[in-house]
Amino acid sequence: MSKVFIAFQTNDDTRPIVEAIMADNPGAETEEYPAMIRITNEARLVVKRETIEELIGRDFDLQEMHLNLVTLTGHIDESDDEFILSWENN
Amino acid sequence: MQIDIKTTDIKPIRQTYSHIARRIGEGKPASRYQEATLDVQQTVNFHYRPTWDPAHELFDASRTKIVMEDWYSFKDPRQYYYGTYTITRSKQQDTTEANFKFVEKKGLLDNLDDAQRKRITDLLVPLRHVAWGANMNNISITDLGYGTAITAPASFHAMDQLGIAQYLSRIGLTFGGPELLDAAKTQWMEDATWQPMRKLLEDSFVLEDWFEVFVFQNLVLDGMLYPLVYDTIVDGVFASDGGAGTAMLTQFMSDWFSESTRWVDAQLKIASGESDANRTLIEGWIKDYLPRVRQAIEPIAIMTLGDDAGAAMAEVETQLGARIKKLGFNIGDSA
Repeated sequence: MSKVFIAFQTNDDTRPIVEAIMADNPGAETEEYPAMIRITNEARLVVKRETIEELIGRDFDLQEMHLNLVTLTGHIDESDDEFILSWENN
Repeated sequence: MQIDIKTTDIKPIRQTYSHIARRIGEGKPASRYQEATLDVQQTVNFHYRPTWDPAHELFDASRTKIVMEDWYSFKDPRQYYYGTYTITRSKQQDTTEANFKFVEKKGLLDNLDDAQRKRITDLLVPLRHVAWGANMNNISITDLGYGTAITAPASFHAMDQLGIAQYLSRIGLTFGGPELLDAAKTQWMEDATWQPMRKLLEDSFVLEDWFEVFVFQNLVLDGMLYPLVYDTIVDGVFASDGGAGTAMLTQFMSDWFSESTRWVDAQLKIASGESDANRTLIEGWIKDYLPRVRQAIEPIAIMTLGDDAGAAMAEVETQLGARIKKLGFNIGDSA
C-alpha cells in the first residue's frame, strides 16, 4: 500500500495540529527537518478539527492549517470537521 | 560542475525553560500558555511581610480556606495568556464596534417609544455599576490569590467586566446622553430596586477569602444575572418588543458569558476534585449565596418583567442549579 504524508512548518501554531494528527492516526510517523515536520502514514491520514480544538482550547477552522502547510500527498477529502488524505479512489 | 547545497539540522539543546521542563517533562516543546503561566509567581525571597497584613506573606496560599497540593493544577481551558487574550478580545471589540455603528446608522433604536426606551435603560445602565463591582472582586482575586494559573485569568476576567461596564455606559450614551448615566447612578445609589444588589455587592468587597469571592461573584451572581438579563430579557423579551437592536449591543456579554463559564466551571471542578474538604467548603458558599443573590436580583426582574418575573427567575435558577449539580456539588433544595 502506498504512503501518504503531510508536512508543516515547525512553529507554535502547528504543534497542536501535529499532536492531534499523531493522536488520531495510530501508526503515523514523524520526521523532523530543519523548520519542517513531516507526518507519514500507510494509506490514510486524518486531521480532525475536534481534536485540535481540545488541544488549543478555542474554535479552530481547518482552513487555518493551510497557513503553515508545506506539502502533502494523496487524494483530499475535506469537510468542516475532517481533512482526510488517502489513496482510495472511489 | 555540480553544487550540492547541504543543510545542517541543528537540534536545540533545550526545548523550553528548565522550570517548565520540570513540569511537562524534558525534551518537549512547551506552548506559550504554559511558558507564560507555570510557576511564574515568585515563591521565595519574600522575607519582609507586608505592613498591611503581617500575618501573611506577600504571596500566601493560606489567604483562602481552600487547600491545594499544587496551585498550578488550575488550568484555563481557553489557554489564555496575554497574547491570546488580547487578540481574542480585540476581534470581539471590532465586532461590537461594528454592531454599534450598524445600530446607529440604520436607526434600529428609533422605532422604540419612550416607555420601551425607559424599560431598557432602567435595567441596562445601572448594571454598569454591577459590572464594575465584578471588576473589583476579580481584581481582589488577582491580588490575594495564589499562583499565576488562577490569578492571571482572574485579571483578564476583571478587565472583561470593566469592558462590559464600558459597553453598558455606551449603551446609555447611545440611548440618551451623559444625563442618563447620572440618572442611572442615582438609581443605583437611591432607588429601592437596586439597594439589595448594591448591599450584596458592597458587602462582598470586604470578604477576606478570595476563593469565596470567586464562588460568589463568578459562579452564583454572574451565573444567575447574565442568563436572566442577557438571554431571557434582552434577547427574548426586549427583542420581541421592538428592541432587536439592543440585542446587537449586548452580543459581547452573551458571548463572553458562555466563554468564561468554561473557565469558571473548570476552576471549581479542579478545586473540588482536590479534596472533600474543598468540596464541602465550596458547597457551603454556594448554599449561603444562592438565596442572597436571588433576593438581590428579584426586585430587578420585577422592575423589568412585572408579573412574568417569577417564571423567568425560576427558569434561571433551575438552569444554574443544573450547572452546579453538573459540577458535582450537592446543594439540596436551595436551587
